[in-house]
Amino acid sequence: MKSSHQIEFTAGLFLLLGIACLIFLAVQATDGGSEIRGGSYELVASFGNVGGLRPRAKVSMAGVTVGQVERIELDPQTLDARVTMKISERYDDIPDDTSAAILTSGILGDQYVGLEPGGSPEPMRDGDQFLITQSAVVLEQLIGRFMMGGGGDEE
Amino acid sequence: MTTGSVTGKLFVDPVKEMGRAVLFLFTALSRMRFGKTQFLETMRQVYFMGVRSLVIIMISGFFVGLVLTLQLYDTLSRFGATEALGTALALSLFRELGPVLTVILFAGRAGTSVTAEIGLMKATEQLDALDLMAIDPMERIVQPRLLAGILAVPALVLVFNVMALLGGVVFSVFMMGIDGPSFWGNIQATVALGRDFMGGMFKAAVFGFLASWLAVYFGWSSKPTGEGVALATTQTVITTAIAVLLTDFILSAFML
Repeated sequence: MKSSHQIEFTAGLFLLLGIACLIFLAVQATDGGSEIRGGSYELVASFGNVGGLRPRAKVSMAGVTVGQVERIELDPQTLDARVTMKISERYDDIPDDTSAAILTSGILGDQYVGLEPGGSPEPMRDGDQFLITQSAVVLEQLIGRFMMGGGGDEE
Repeated sequence: MTTGSVTGKLFVDPVKEMGRAVLFLFTALSRMRFGKTQFLETMRQVYFMGVRSLVIIMISGFFVGLVLTLQLYDTLSRFGATEALGTALALSLFRELGPVLTVILFAGRAGTSVTAEIGLMKATEQLDALDLMAIDPMERIVQPRLLAGILAVPALVLVFNVMALLGGVVFSVFMMGIDGPSFWGNIQATVALGRDFMGGMFKAAVFGFLASWLAVYFGWSSKPTGEGVALATTQTVITTAIAVLLTDFILSAFML
């Protein structure tokens, strides 16, 4: 039988081991909350269809993650989807004629917002809206058009 | 309604048992007192319930990691999706297998011994002796074990997860030649800290509470005979397993 001091000490060590595992797993084996560190500002884009886009999805430009989707809601007037994105303050010179598109990484991959920079000298500011957007490609509609004769140009 | 009848045995008795367990918990919590003795006794129980379960948890964790990776590798390679191996492993461990398997092992390793210990204390009238010495057995015996379970199980789950990930790395990287950095990078990129990892840890704490509560309750309410204690330990394992799996489903349904 161990002395009670030894038992208490071992129990304390055990809990410390638990905390060490917690820190290791939380820092090394997760995305670390994937919150944007430092400051950020919000940009808004309207899409006709967001497809499977979800909050916390990546916002990337030229393949580099610059922010994440904050929330997605339906605009009651235009009946479009309003996607609010948080962009890291480091990227504060995105041209104001940049376009936003909902893209898919890989065939079954996650959907994300891809930004295609324009050439305007004016940067976007907090709360600005993207003028040019491209909705998510809905596979069923695509197949439907293909089956109806390949023409997506009626109307 | 008579409890001797068939309906009584099937429906009334379990409900009565549940009511008694809840009343027991309320009594234990309402007399909760924090002090140095309480803290030291809790740490002693953390030792007996947690440290003593460490070896079985580590070995099982490692082999669960190995076999899970083996099965996932086989399944995913049929779709040519072995790059999702790390993600699939980490998600199934953090969200389900870690907490559930750990607590079921914990119930078998520590829960039964708590039940048997308290049952035996009751059979040998040690609880009455404590009462006579003006020491509240709820405070000295029950509460430290409840608290220790809530502390020890999450720690064991974390150790289990680390060992299982280690098993996964050993199998996929060292035996199957999967690229290590991409395996780990996929885990880092896709496992969400709050929803996946902390959600699993919340489950672990709830399960730890359930397991220690049921173990203490069945010991406390056992018949003070050898047979009664034997029955109580069996009930601890069975009831904990069922309660944990049921709670797991409810919690998962709410969290997803």
